[in-house]
Amino acid sequence: MNDFISLNQGSGGKLTHELITNLFVKKFGMSEPLTDSAILKESGYTLSFTTDSYVVNPIFFPGADIGKLAICGTVNDLAVSGAVPRFIAASFIIEEGFPVSDLIKVTESMAEEALKAGVKVVTGDTKVVEKGKCDKLFITTSGIGILKYGLEHISTASTIKPGDKLIINGSLGNHALAVLGARNKLSFSTPVYSDCASLNHLIQRVLESCTEVRFMRDLTRGGLATVLNELSGITGYGISVDEDSVPVDDPVKGFCETLGFDPLFLANEGKILIVVGGGQENMALEIMRSDSYGTNSAVIGEIVPDDKHLVILKTSVGGKRILDMPSGQQLPRIC
Amino acid sequence: MKYIDEYRNKALVMSLINNITKSVSRNYTFMEVCGGHTAAIHRFGIPALLPAGVKLISGPGCPVCVTGTAFIDKAIAYSRMEEVIITTFGDMIRVPGSLSSLEKEKASGADIRIVLSGPEALGIAEKNPEKKVVFLGIGFETTAPGTAVTIKLAQRSDIYNFFLLSAHKVMPPAMQAIIKEGVNLDGFICPGHVATITGSDIFNFIPEKFKLACVISGFEPSDILQSILMLILQVNMNAPKVEIQYNRAVTKHGNILAQNHLYQVFETCDEQWRGLGVIQGSGLKLRKEYERFNIEKIMPVNVNLNSEDVLCICSDILRGFKTPDDCTLFAKKCVPENPAGACMVSTEGACNSWYKYRINE
Amino acid sequence: MCLSIPAKIVSIDGTMAEVSAGGAVFKAGLHMIENAEVGDYILLHAGFAIQKISEKEAAETIKLFEEINNSLNE
Repeated sequence: MNDFISLNQGSGGKLTHELITNLFVKKFGMSEPLTDSAILKESGYTLSFTTDSYVVNPIFFPGADIGKLAICGTVNDLAVSGAVPRFIAASFIIEEGFPVSDLIKVTESMAEEALKAGVKVVTGDTKVVEKGKCDKLFITTSGIGILKYGLEHISTASTIKPGDKLIINGSLGNHALAVLGARNKLSFSTPVYSDCASLNHLIQRVLESCTEVRFMRDLTRGGLATVLNELSGITGYGISVDEDSVPVDDPVKGFCETLGFDPLFLANEGKILIVVGGGQENMALEIMRSDSYGTNSAVIGEIVPDDKHLVILKTSVGGKRILDMPSGQQLPRIC
Repeated sequence: MKYIDEYRNKALVMSLINNITKSVSRNYTFMEVCGGHTAAIHRFGIPALLPAGVKLISGPGCPVCVTGTAFIDKAIAYSRMEEVIITTFGDMIRVPGSLSSLEKEKASGADIRIVLSGPEALGIAEKNPEKKVVFLGIGFETTAPGTAVTIKLAQRSDIYNFFLLSAHKVMPPAMQAIIKEGVNLDGFICPGHVATITGSDIFNFIPEKFKLACVISGFEPSDILQSILMLILQVNMNAPKVEIQYNRAVTKHGNILAQNHLYQVFETCDEQWRGLGVIQGSGLKLRKEYERFNIEKIMPVNVNLNSEDVLCICSDILRGFKTPDDCTLFAKKCVPENPAGACMVSTEGACNSWYKYRINE
Repeated sequence: MCLSIPAKIVSIDGTMAEVSAGGAVFKAGLHMIENAEVGDYILLHAGFAIQKISEKEAAETIKLFEEINNSLNE
């Protein structure tokens, strides 16, 4: 490893994976594969348990703020394991001088989102550090959910088979663009909002009707491309994706084309991948499209047999290429 | 999106492929000399669509790839000075110097900022009068006029703390050098955005002197395929010339306003290209009247000579002699997260494009 | 090289314009463009408009493409 941590190691792609695997997993003796939530069995019940830190800059951006993010992110990590999210712990590291009015706004955001998601914030911690020792506000949320019997395979993808279909619940990259836009004062002819949302109710509705949900994961840092590569890695199967069927809104497309970004690598905070088998993809799609957080849901590809477990993108003009994980941060380019 | 979507029409692409297939009567080798073309070809999966017998090779068209290690080392040297802010396009951040990169220096605390334009860098200079803001000027004739305008704006506004470290280059001398290297070629897919500025006439020497086909191509898949078709037809008829496929942006004489800006501020000079050595008249340096903006004149730095990994064959790849697969480091030791050479760093570099978009059939 | 994208001029203020690429709005210097007007499409590169896109030539290219398409279907 290098002597100093670089921003690339925090961007969600390959370098983040290496850091986690080579340092934390090793030292903590964690079991692999890593899943969004840890599934913990005690006699009589199974819990999902997860934690996440939120350091987004700026704190407020179109469509959400760090507080809403802190609740949605943790709720979603629990929900994609198949669990019903129940309790949240929230820790705050606050920079000296941070305006109280902003802290109130952030807390109200969290309270509102917790109510929507049906979770309770039951414990927490607060620290204030000297000016310059943290960037305004950092929030860590840990969450616990109850996992019904028979759903553990959803985290580990152990029942995935070739022919299973991949579904996402809408257009990609809006969150990344909303945050980048706020940070760099970019402008849009129609505002681009973060898609930040708690998806546990949508997910529960799918699970209530579809018996053949094979896998779920949320598409945060590193985007869809990262999750697909993680999936092909843990299953040993290949994945075929149809570029034309992946929804991307025009401003995101225009932004990506201009600066050389790939929307499949961009972060989302209200998007999940659901893998459905047994011919149930249309049923799942109907349920998702009837939910306000899934109106643009689409089948984007399928699991295929492939010794090399590659993720292959069928391009919009009929060609094919490999879709790899992003190596680090995407950088704007002119060449 | 207008002027993009209609050129990515699947049916159109298929019909162009069919036409190409019908026109093929022998083997053809065409070189693209624009990183944007390399990236587009691989992004849309074009190689898998072309019939056997039509081979595309990548030339030295990625300004990042052809920028020598010494330039990065100089930028790093400046970045280590307390009073300097480095402003750069994102492309240069990960290019390896002899011992470090701008990215690594940033992680160690150097003030290195990514900008989207020269004027943005100028704005940073205005807001930080006590600092020296050094702008890394990279790119060919497409980008250099923008730098020229930025320098003129700095002059007009009396901004004394804005400086340029130029790695700007011009295309035609490099194309001539490639031809003289003896790379086996039937023609060039010529750089469409360079030609937008320069006009098509600058490529006339290629068919006239070397009897190679030339088509100036746009960057959408149907542009590239139509250009390949036009090249094949030129070769079949043994009638090499310069044709403009990208006529919605390129004319014979180009953008005269942009050329005026460019040559008011810059003049050509001999320049070192990674893998190609020194090519006469291929670089752009500030004219005497703008020399006060040249950071190397104000504060020269000493850097060591290039010391690239001996197993790195970027220079052979840049000249079209080898493909990334021929390199022992490719996809093993040399990967986008840990590039050994510039061809892997730039997202338009041949190796990076191959790595990201390769299909193992 | 030269990532450059067609963008529509949505407003002009002296030598600077705001241009929209699919709804993402960027600033572009017009120093290399003559007689730019709101509604024109330009090629945006590194913060500058480097050329106006010729609607006429673009239409010609599409027409040529359609002819290619049609000639195959004959």
